[in-house]
Amino acid sequence: MNEIPGPMEWPYPIEYDRTEEIDTDVLVIGGGASGCFAAMGAASRGAGVVMMEKAATLTSGAMGSGCDHWEMAATNPCSRVTPEELADAMIRGHRGYNNGISHYIEARECYDRLLDLERYGAKIRDTDDEWKGADFRDDATKFMFAYDYENRFTLRVWGATFKTAMYRGAKQMKARVLDRTMGAGLLTEGGRMGARVVGAVAIDGRTGRFTVCRAKATVFCMSRPTRLWLFAPGATGISEFRPPQCTGDGHAMAWRVGGSFTMLEKSCRAEWSGLRSFPPYSTGNNHNTWYACTMVDAEGREIPYVDRDGRELETVAERYRPAPGQKFFMKGGGEPDFPFYEFEGPETIPPAEALKRGYKLPFYADLTSMPETERRVIWGMMVGNEGKTKTPVLAAFTKAGFDSTRDVLQSYGDGWRSGQFLPQERQFFGIPGGMVNDWKLMTNLEGLFAAGDVLFASDCAGHAAATGHYAGRHAAAYAAKNGPVKIHPEQVEAERARLYEPLKRQNGVGWQALSEAITRVMQNYCGAVKSDDLLQEGVRGLSDLRENEAAALYARNPHDLLRAQETLNVLTNAELVIQSCLARKASSKQLMFTRLDYPEMDPPEWHKFVTVWRDESGVRTGSLPIDYYGDLTANYERWNTDYMAEARG
Amino acid sequence: MSKVFVVPDQALVDPVTIYPETCTGCNLCLHVCPVDLFLPNPRIGGPPLVLYPGECWFEGSCVDVCPEPGAIVLNRPPATRVNWKPRRECRNHAAPTLPADDLERH
Repeated sequence: MNEIPGPMEWPYPIEYDRTEEIDTDVLVIGGGASGCFAAMGAASRGAGVVMMEKAATLTSGAMGSGCDHWEMAATNPCSRVTPEELADAMIRGHRGYNNGISHYIEARECYDRLLDLERYGAKIRDTDDEWKGADFRDDATKFMFAYDYENRFTLRVWGATFKTAMYRGAKQMKARVLDRTMGAGLLTEGGRMGARVVGAVAIDGRTGRFTVCRAKATVFCMSRPTRLWLFAPGATGISEFRPPQCTGDGHAMAWRVGGSFTMLEKSCRAEWSGLRSFPPYSTGNNHNTWYACTMVDAEGREIPYVDRDGRELETVAERYRPAPGQKFFMKGGGEPDFPFYEFEGPETIPPAEALKRGYKLPFYADLTSMPETERRVIWGMMVGNEGKTKTPVLAAFTKAGFDSTRDVLQSYGDGWRSGQFLPQERQFFGIPGGMVNDWKLMTNLEGLFAAGDVLFASDCAGHAAATGHYAGRHAAAYAAKNGPVKIHPEQVEAERARLYEPLKRQNGVGWQALSEAITRVMQNYCGAVKSDDLLQEGVRGLSDLRENEAAALYARNPHDLLRAQETLNVLTNAELVIQSCLARKASSKQLMFTRLDYPEMDPPEWHKFVTVWRDESGVRTGSLPIDYYGDLTANYERWNTDYMAEARG
Repeated sequence: MSKVFVVPDQALVDPVTIYPETCTGCNLCLHVCPVDLFLPNPRIGGPPLVLYPGECWFEGSCVDVCPEPGAIVLNRPPATRVNWKPRRECRNHAAPTLPADDLERH
């Protein structure tokens, strides 16, 4: 049994008074999938690299505990689709509201990153021949595929081995890795808003040490914002789908110094949170990790799968094939958002239709009736390698007696959800907003690059890895051309004072209380429906929290200080999201954005990216054409001649 | 400088249980925990102390890295206990969409 600790003296050395100064070519902030690959990409171009990770690089980030799919791998040798076709499906499937640049990069390069991972010890093929001869396996390469078995562009992978390989790769490429170090504030030329980024300051979560890092280029590799609408008191670590250290610090840091954002008005009704739902992939469902599991009702009757035309499928094999006349399909059952006919995959009939036909609740996932290879690949490989499934689901359920050859697992929500949320309980899920980028993955701030979840319309691990490496390469090229940098001492001192402020108090408002209060404001004034009046009320509510509770925030030790700073970043992100909502004066179905004061859905003049940023005069808004990135192939090839030459060589 | 203290956080559940008789106090779990849930035991060789239980993400890095099987166990919040039952217990029905022998075959 656990030893019950009482209040105790902090066990690590306290270094609040110590300042470490670092100089580097490329600074990478965030050591998840995008960060590790940014470090490798920059180092591959000869740059000196420092990577700061708030947690422990070996396990950190959204996919630190694993991932089961490597999507959009158009260039793998078995693929029957082109990068252009996949990027086009991503863009049109989201009615234009997607990051054409980053998803094209993903389709072009994510397979290369998988080969990198293999080189660093990760498992990406069925080398033990456990699935020899299976429908989804290519026996020559031993690659295994998911979803569309004909077109073979999404790989099944042993992602529980990936983070170790990424860490090894970053170390082997000689990146200096600073664990437990939170990048906390950006430094700009002359300390000015909107100026070139020249480095960052950081705090150590164990010792409280202050770090000032001068960098010729900086790459942001942090998370998307979380905890804006969701907070689970007493179990704060499972407030969101992503790990609790993923708080969207990059968004807040960039917003403070004039970074530009788009699509942050988009949020969906929450799908995952320990507040209401079961842990991801731990309940009966037939999506993502579990695609395309047989679903049965309470009496064991199989719920039919249908193709995009409503044609009932007779065999399990058909669930992994495009419909007659369809070139390829994306994820089965469509995106979490809205299915798009051209790329829509097989799916069970909707739950409401099933109930109308007399199927009885609750429904169950029935692995027992799946072909043996499909059963074993879902329960054992996919559940087992997807993040957060190896120990808490596969091992725990097996120990508790669940047997996939005998038992059916109950479903608790419709589709792939495992809980029901209130309309105002929202989340960034699927393809949310983030920083605006150009073809170098540079942001509007010169010298600041972005990858993975910091980018607008990010999604999975393959996207993070591909954009990380790409941003790292371009950051290195920028650093080679644009150095050295000068930091502005007054800005450093102002940041130090801001960051250490909560240490002045031993009591007051805890970060948990502030975090919960932020969600209350967001639920009330930035919930399922929006209007200028409500959003302005939200602005006032957040400003009230900033002046009162945030000013009374306390931290007794470096750990608490990190949590306090994260929560202040959550508050900043809430302000940024409300400003993003105010900027779009139109409702949009694809953006799941409903304005009471502008009820017309998707008026054509608003079919564009609305952008928000700050300068000395306050919040500014602008827009970019929906296809601002231009021709994908031509632009990619223009900016990446070196990489393409390497691939040929 | 005045001394710096840590006060144990309160949580709904103990996210992990550490068995002191098996734990060797190697602190590997502490090094990989993304949220720094643990602090080293002031008693050298003692098991790590759980100071921030509420911050657990329940992904199990600590269990995966532990070299001593059973020394640390990931608990599940009771509210997330999931239901399952043997397939044969839901067989007694008149299937409207599939003939009975079809179900048997499955």
